[in-house]
Amino acid sequence: MLPIVLLSVSGIGLLFLGFQKSRTLLLPAALLFLLVALAANFYDWNKTYLYFNDMLRTDNLSMVFTAIVLGSAFLVIALSTRFIEDEEAQPAEYYGIIMFSLVGAIMMISFENLIMLFVGVETLSIAMYILTGSDKRNLRSNEAALKYFLMGAFTTGIMLFGMALLYGSTGSFTLAGIAANAVNPQQGLSLLLYVGLLMLLIGLLFKVSAAPFHFWTPDVYDGAPTIFTAFMSTVVKTAGFAALFKLLSISFGGVYTFWWTILAIITAITLVVGNVTAVYQNSFKRMMSYSSISHAGYLLIGLAALGAQTKQAIVFYSLAYSVATISAFGVLLLVAQQRSTQTLSSTGVANEGFDDFNGLARQNPLLGFAMAVSMLSLAGIPLTAGFWGKFYIFSTAVERGQIWLLVVAVLMSAVGIYYYFRVIIAMYFRDGATEPIRVSPVYRYVLLAATILTLVLGIAPGLLQGLF
Amino acid sequence: MLTLFLILYPAVAAALLLIVKGERVKQVALVAALVELVGAVAAFAQFQPDASSQFGFDYAWINSLGIRFSAGIDGISVLLVLLTGLLVPFIILSTFNRQYDRPALFYALMLFMQAALMGVFTARDGFLFYFFFEVALIPIYFLAAMWGGENRVPVTFKFFVYTIFGSLFMLVALVYLYYQTPVTDGHHSSAIADFYQLKLTPAAQGWVFWAFFIAFAIKMPVFPFHTWQPDTYVESPTPATMLLAGIMLKMGVYGLIRFILPIVPLGVETWGKTAIILSVIGIVYGSIIAIRQRDMKRLIAYSSFSHVGLMAAGVFSQTETGMQGALIQMLAHGVNVVGMFFVADVIFSRTNTRQLDQLGGITRTTPKLTVYFMIMLLGSVALPLTNGFIGEFLLLHGVFTYNHYLGLAAGFTIIFGAVYMLRMFQKSMFGPTSVRTGTFADLTSSESLVFVPLVIMVFWMGIYPQTFLKVTEPAVVNLMKYIGTSAVSLK
Repeated sequence: MLPIVLLSVSGIGLLFLGFQKSRTLLLPAALLFLLVALAANFYDWNKTYLYFNDMLRTDNLSMVFTAIVLGSAFLVIALSTRFIEDEEAQPAEYYGIIMFSLVGAIMMISFENLIMLFVGVETLSIAMYILTGSDKRNLRSNEAALKYFLMGAFTTGIMLFGMALLYGSTGSFTLAGIAANAVNPQQGLSLLLYVGLLMLLIGLLFKVSAAPFHFWTPDVYDGAPTIFTAFMSTVVKTAGFAALFKLLSISFGGVYTFWWTILAIITAITLVVGNVTAVYQNSFKRMMSYSSISHAGYLLIGLAALGAQTKQAIVFYSLAYSVATISAFGVLLLVAQQRSTQTLSSTGVANEGFDDFNGLARQNPLLGFAMAVSMLSLAGIPLTAGFWGKFYIFSTAVERGQIWLLVVAVLMSAVGIYYYFRVIIAMYFRDGATEPIRVSPVYRYVLLAATILTLVLGIAPGLLQGLF
Repeated sequence: MLTLFLILYPAVAAALLLIVKGERVKQVALVAALVELVGAVAAFAQFQPDASSQFGFDYAWINSLGIRFSAGIDGISVLLVLLTGLLVPFIILSTFNRQYDRPALFYALMLFMQAALMGVFTARDGFLFYFFFEVALIPIYFLAAMWGGENRVPVTFKFFVYTIFGSLFMLVALVYLYYQTPVTDGHHSSAIADFYQLKLTPAAQGWVFWAFFIAFAIKMPVFPFHTWQPDTYVESPTPATMLLAGIMLKMGVYGLIRFILPIVPLGVETWGKTAIILSVIGIVYGSIIAIRQRDMKRLIAYSSFSHVGLMAAGVFSQTETGMQGALIQMLAHGVNVVGMFFVADVIFSRTNTRQLDQLGGITRTTPKLTVYFMIMLLGSVALPLTNGFIGEFLLLHGVFTYNHYLGLAAGFTIIFGAVYMLRMFQKSMFGPTSVRTGTFADLTSSESLVFVPLVIMVFWMGIYPQTFLKVTEPAVVNLMKYIGTSAVSLK
């Protein structure tokens, strides 16, 4: 609750700060506000509160997810130093919108009532539509924003329809109320409830870019300014999975047998589409967008095999994925700014291809190492957090006996190694530009922090146990 | 606690090595590896020959799942710990006449690799084993791909994907086994000792067998999973090849003994014959290809493929002799293959070629190299009184007990081995000198120093193998209890 208030106030405050001529204060202010919100988040640790006529609930789980979201946002914003220098950019507005979007994310994480979930999803999404199109003079950015908005608006309609159907069949908008009325062991789910659940799931699966609702993802991730791509692929995904987990485990855990098949099929499709398509990409950024689809697939395994381990699996996986993704996008930001090849795509924007990374490890060992650790983590190789994320996810599947889903996931993990290692090979074993990249101290700290966190969690995954 | 030292110390040494600048880095790395050797020898010397796990440690790792950071040395590990400790310093010594780009990173990766290998051979927890099993892949991949030959990038990448792919199935099997163990204190157990107590259904044993077997078969490699191996051995820098052939392929054989035999005995009963037949095909096939090779390194790679097939066949014979043979042969083969690769490296460093038809007549100027080469070669072809003989004899005895015909087919390894090894020796050392070998300089003192311990091991193991057999025997006897078939005693 405290973070919601603080972030709303600081969002407005940042907008006012924008009136000042000097922009230098904006970035530190935004980071400070986020730190305060992050600290305030833990104020209610080990306590459970209900707010707004029981529409929001804060408990340890929601606080952990909130911490992941705020932490990711902190790291991403720290990387946004370029806005301060760019004349075209409107940093005050960006930071303000980010704060508001985080409010939406926290609502999605801690909702207790479907209405609150809807408000949260919309708050987050509308902020994202704007940020995607924030690079006003770039055609791709405009196209991405429009695509995202049109498709997003359409799925919002479906989601709302689903909520209405759920209300119609159970007479309640609250998670507990739906759970109480959903179980009907004799007849299974009523058709109304089933359709309602599916529509609501479609709405949320769209947000986390699960196949076959993923078609917006590559264009939007590619077109949006990289810094907001990093934000989207970490914050939106974590919040989306927190919401999905809450919805399915609390309201529909009792009728697991009726919906797991459809979710398992979606999971398998997501894994195959994400991983196989990523192999064919030549742009690093597009590869990362398909990789984010594939990671949605791994996270979905935890839900399709909902069980005692799922909570831990999703929290750990989201964290590992977010940290590695931020680190990868951080390196990409530097490489794209200072080293992009001269070949521009038809829209006049650098391609951000794999070739840009050639020889990076030799010129900038730190950047190479950070990127290598991030790629190893995303590929799920031991010594990195990503391995334990996959491990937890795989154990949920085994616990539920979802062996065929596991086999798909294992095969796709092997495919994943292929495209993640393209980056490592380019960095370490190919010759490229001889000019080292200048790394500002902020970038160095963020990349070091992300790399160390990935390695520490990879060696001692038990550290976070107190949080679950 | 000694085990903890053996695992952690090389990793710490590797991290510290990165700070060392300049030429000294070789010496520092050598000293670091020698300290580890002292630890490994101490473990071997103090090891009480019984079936227990010794020098161990046991810490909580992931409490909520009951996964423990637990390792120790038992009779099955002890020779491999010795091997890992013994080979690495001499592999480092073998590079003293070579210049590698970014030496600090090069030697740090070698020591890091050693840490991971120690972890693999001593882990007492299934997931810890898997953890190290995969971690070991990272340094060797970078060693091979950064300092390797021309074609190194695609070749090493194939190797990496191949092995990771195999071990992912092992991960699935391990997670499955974990959930089969009884719940105590609110969680299952992933201790390997608890896996031994499981009584799985025959169907489950069947697929768990294959999940493990594919992982280990790729690592060793066993036919038909060997296609990554020759190219990777040839393209890697020689020290990396030594690590791969000398130690890393033993991870596969070790895994067979540690996991497959005791955990899925019914699976072995059903599928063991298939596995032995594949191994024997590998033995014969590898030998025949080795006879046709002209590149020395590729020839040794195929010979290694052939030898490891015999180890796998011996393990799957489910006899005590076969198992003992595999354990002692792992040590012997590690020593021999490193020696052989070093010979190839010495020749390459002086002539810039490994092609047998461009060599010849080296022996005229090199009395020392000739002697050492001959000794390593005799070990490889299993001449009595050398280390190879003991291992291969026990292995063949095991396979022969299992099935006479398969034993006979596997026996070809000795004949073929003699053919390709002596052919290599003859083509490179004897005959007229070529343009490249005319001014061949004999071994330097640091090069000779590499051969001395290897030669000592060849004869020690060949003349008095009891030193090594007696430490492994109780553990093997203990393991046979889980297998429960008619054990053929050594005596």
